[in-house]
Amino acid sequence: MMRFLRRSYAMLILGFLYLPILILIVFSFNASKSRATWEGFTLRWYGELIESEAILDALSNTLSVAVLSSLIATVIGTLAAYAIYREMGSWERKLSMNLTYIPLLNPDIVTGISLMLLFIFAGMKLGFGSLLLSHVIFNVPYVILTVLPKLRQFDQHLYEAALDLGASPAYAFRHIVLPEILPGIVTGALFAFTLSVDDFVISFFTTGSGVNNLSILIYSMARRGIHPTINALSTLLFLTVLVLLIAVNLRMEKKVKREARR
Amino acid sequence: MGRRLYAYPYHLWTFLFTVVPLALIVYFAFTARDTAAFTLDNLRQAAQPVYLGVLWHSVWLAGVSTFLCLLIGYPMAMILAKSRVRYRRMLTMLIVVPMWMNFLLRTYAWMTLLEKNGAVNAFLGFLGLPALHILYTDYAVLLGMVYNFLPFMILPIYSVLMKMDKSLLEAAEDLGADAWTSFRRVTFPLSLPGVYAGTIMVFMPAVTTFVISRLLGGGQYMLAGNVIEQQFLAIGNWNFGSALSVLMMILIFLSMIGLSRYDKDSDGGLFL
Repeated sequence: MMRFLRRSYAMLILGFLYLPILILIVFSFNASKSRATWEGFTLRWYGELIESEAILDALSNTLSVAVLSSLIATVIGTLAAYAIYREMGSWERKLSMNLTYIPLLNPDIVTGISLMLLFIFAGMKLGFGSLLLSHVIFNVPYVILTVLPKLRQFDQHLYEAALDLGASPAYAFRHIVLPEILPGIVTGALFAFTLSVDDFVISFFTTGSGVNNLSILIYSMARRGIHPTINALSTLLFLTVLVLLIAVNLRMEKKVKREARR
Repeated sequence: MGRRLYAYPYHLWTFLFTVVPLALIVYFAFTARDTAAFTLDNLRQAAQPVYLGVLWHSVWLAGVSTFLCLLIGYPMAMILAKSRVRYRRMLTMLIVVPMWMNFLLRTYAWMTLLEKNGAVNAFLGFLGLPALHILYTDYAVLLGMVYNFLPFMILPIYSVLMKMDKSLLEAAEDLGADAWTSFRRVTFPLSLPGVYAGTIMVFMPAVTTFVISRLLGGGQYMLAGNVIEQQFLAIGNWNFGSALSVLMMILIFLSMIGLSRYDKDSDGGLFL
């Protein structure tokens, strides 16, 4: 009895989470513009989607900002984590950590408008550049927080041994420290990438006219009303996410099995 | 030598991109729009009944949606923690996947569902039930908040429940506690750090949202986030918008300090 109740509850919650997405997918193939009636199968909305310059433009902006900002933030964040871990005294480290945490704790809307004010104040033209810079800025703390634990696990003596054996600090960092903390760096980069793809609020305030990413485009389209091309877009994005997640999960499972066999 | 190669650049980075932007907001909040002289007028304007009402409305809606997330999410977290390893991985995965879909699309999905001719009403009509007209009301905003933020409540509670020492429950049982008592006296108190984390993770985005209220609330039900957005992008009164943002930040930091006082397991570092 308890088991039945538990299962039904879990199904109910999952239904709540998935039903809206499922319905978007189903109606992306509906010939009718209405969401209430099914009038036959069509791929028309997908066709309109692919031909829409605005959407393709936004997609390319989203992807290039995500790739560039996560790469840049990963480099800056890794070096910053290294600085926090190795180069700072305890008082300095506490202050630096608190400053690192602020963007994480601040509401997105405050981060967004504060960066907008900064860019305007600095005389920077709002557009692709400011959008990219703001993504780098909000991604750096996430990279620091994934790399720092790896640095803490790292055995200091290895680094010191390398120095004793005549390695320069830069050489020791590249050949001893870096390989050890690489998993943290990769996690941080992936984290940064997904945050960048998903961001709306900060982008909304820091971009200029004419430069849209997908989130901003969806927002402006949704405000004008409901259109089936957005359903088609949702379907494609959802399937992409699903395929990626399943692929990552399968790879992880294989890895776990391989390690178990050893 | 070379020891402080990266520390100074990072200090410069946080100063430029964390301290200066916040200082700008504070600066605008305390200066007059035309003369740039120091003033408290912006804060006074924010204390007008209209805006206090909006602020209160935002806190109220965010509070109710946080409570609903807790009510709905806690049992789900318990089910997750109790399920067998094989199911557990799949279930957590299933809860995480929707979070990976663009936040705006998830909100947009509810717009299409709740429309007058939407799927929900088609279904209700099919059952012979009267149609629901909740799109562009507070109920739709609440629904959107619960839908978007529910996983943020489930996952932290689940992770705390997983780490809990199961022998404590056995001990409670041995000492004669029934299921409800051992939940009330053992499980729930021990899961409080997860509840606090979940509460912050739901309340914070909910109280500052302007997207959910704009798309599902239809504009006549303005939340604090909408007013801030409007001041900056439509009206162009940065000073008043900044004053509201400062109030918002204070509200959030206070509620976080309040909650973290109870969270003895935290690693520290959030606040000096």
